[in-house]
Amino acid sequence: MRQVHDMGGLPAGEINRDEHDYALWEKRVDAMMMLLGAEKGLMTVDELRRGIEIIGEGAYDRLSYYERWMSSITTNMIQKGYITTEELETKLVEIDARRARGEFDAPDSHQGEDA
Amino acid sequence: MSHPHDHGHDHHHDHDHGHDHDHGHDHSKTFRPDIPDELTYYKKLEIAVRELLIEKGIITPEEVRQTVEAMDRRSPEGGARVTARAWVDPDFKERLLKNGTEAVEELGIKMGPTKLVVVENTDEVHNVIVCTLCSCYPRMLLGVPPDWYKQRAYRSRVVKEPRTVLKEFGTEIPADVTLRVHDSTADMRYMVLPRRPAGTEGMSEEDLAGLVGRDTMIGVAVVDRKTSPS
Repeated sequence: MRQVHDMGGLPAGEINRDEHDYALWEKRVDAMMMLLGAEKGLMTVDELRRGIEIIGEGAYDRLSYYERWMSSITTNMIQKGYITTEELETKLVEIDARRARGEFDAPDSHQGEDA
Repeated sequence: MSHPHDHGHDHHHDHDHGHDHDHGHDHSKTFRPDIPDELTYYKKLEIAVRELLIEKGIITPEEVRQTVEAMDRRSPEGGARVTARAWVDPDFKERLLKNGTEAVEELGIKMGPTKLVVVENTDEVHNVIVCTLCSCYPRMLLGVPPDWYKQRAYRSRVVKEPRTVLKEFGTEIPADVTLRVHDSTADMRYMVLPRRPAGTEGMSEEDLAGLVGRDTMIGVAVVDRKTSPS
């Protein structure tokens, strides 16, 4: 059976040719993959894609491109033992607290949405 | 193999609910209105994972910054240089079509672990590239891919009805010209070598490069002598 990413030849609508400049957070996701992948050999491109392919149909279309990457990088880093779910949970709570104090209000820190 | 569930990406944390950016764990709702540049779940995840990897000494902030800067520096200009060189230097063109990876290194462009295959447009064949499975793209030559290259509509349709898709880009390929669609992989990237337009015989290599836009090297457009790609 075809998986969600395997879409070659399927019917689809008109191409939306709008383009957006990548936001800094998106470039950082890309950079993280480059560093973990080709630079340090901790994760392969195939592992990135596998992590994206298991996202499932609904979420695959709902998430933006770099959201899918971020999901896969996170899954891979946890599965390989570089970070733990507990560390991640703690860090996310900490980020919420830092946000409440206005830390991420700088215009460059997280602007921009995928088209 | 099928994946009956659609929450695979949630394995990395304890929540078993939906995938909306602002899911139940997002306390921001109590503090802030829903503004467009909100710190979404995935933006938080980027910060969290990056900071954890930095704290553990796996990556450094300098590496992240330098990699982002290197990404910003890459643009279709690299591919345009390769194209112009191939137009003025038949020997280079022969090497380029035979082994793209090695040939572009002559111009200082390194493909890294990926292999480059350059496909030439002629008066008999027009080539177009896609990655149906994801978004593989000759980034070393063209920079980051345009949004539409990664979208469902382009990936699904260009292999099935390339002439119609190209028409949507304003490119009409005559019926007697063969249209070839090349599906990229993570390890092998394609670049289209566009046709040199008539009337450019006296132009310098540098000026020729100035005519070559990104879309002509993806294959959804052809090089026009009059319009420069800006």
